[in-house]
Amino acid sequence: MNRYLPLGIFLVIAAFLGVGLFLDPREVPSPLINKPAPAFSLPQLHQPAQTFSREDMKGKVWLLNVWASWCVACRDEHPVLVEFARTGAVPIVGLNYKDERRDGLRWLSQFGDPYQLSVYDYDGRIGIDYGVYGVPETFLIDKNGIIRYKRIGVVTPEILRDKILPLVRELNGNA
Amino acid sequence: MRNLILLALIAITTFGNLGPVGALGTGSARAAESLATEPELEKRVTTLSQDLRCLVCQNQTIADSHAPLAIDLKNQIREKIAQGMSNDQIIDYMVQRYGDFVLYRPPVKAATLGLWFGPAAILLLGLIMLFRYLARRRREQHADVPLSDAERKRAQALLGMVDKESK
Repeated sequence: MNRYLPLGIFLVIAAFLGVGLFLDPREVPSPLINKPAPAFSLPQLHQPAQTFSREDMKGKVWLLNVWASWCVACRDEHPVLVEFARTGAVPIVGLNYKDERRDGLRWLSQFGDPYQLSVYDYDGRIGIDYGVYGVPETFLIDKNGIIRYKRIGVVTPEILRDKILPLVRELNGNA
Repeated sequence: MRNLILLALIAITTFGNLGPVGALGTGSARAAESLATEPELEKRVTTLSQDLRCLVCQNQTIADSHAPLAIDLKNQIREKIAQGMSNDQIIDYMVQRYGDFVLYRPPVKAATLGLWFGPAAILLLGLIMLFRYLARRRREQHADVPLSDAERKRAQALLGMVDKESK
């Protein structure tokens, strides 16, 4: 039996390390899930004179998508969101994060605008409240303003189909 | 004339004094105050940021990192200190937003017991196994088992071989 002990230890370590290969260390569990979305009141990207706040979305299930023109991964994500917005399944609000207003506006006119509207977080203050550390990030917020799901990184069609849409349907049905 | 000079002197000394005195009451007092508190403040910012992980470059503290988010968070800490928050309150503020992962030293709780005590437990297990092995070996070595005839013959043959070789 002792002869197999080193082999056993090796297999256990190999199993742990093997699983570790498939984990993404960038995906840190958010403490904000099932907590109220932090309040904000920010100027809009298109109309700086008008503000938009969390309360304006009360009673709706909605997505908050954090994006920036300097964010490379957002380029991958953007067409997916533009396509998704066409279905009208759920309103998407953009949070233009630490961007120059001009660059943000140019980005939207160049690549299309999937957002109901975008709010403008120049100094990233609201980003900190939402625990944003890797753009793009996407939050699904329910009718009572509770965060139900957070995606760190690019939203793919698979995530929309398997995670976000079923949750949207569930949240719209129950609340 | 003498009176006039005296008057002028008095005026200069009083007004001349008034200026600095007035300034001391407002401007320079504040400057002196910030001089006194700023190293203190910076020290607190540094202490706190050494306990917080930079989530962009995960194996650095925000004290070591120059990532934009780390700089933002340091500014946030500075602001919270100015608002009069205690160190614990500021750490709580960060944990509420970024989770336990933001703490460079993870807290001891059920989910992190393995992390904190796992290495010590494995070391202990190894020591126990080592001592049991050594004890068993010592018992076996001390037991005087006489050689069997076949073994004695083999030993002699081997020893004879050595003798021949060395000659």
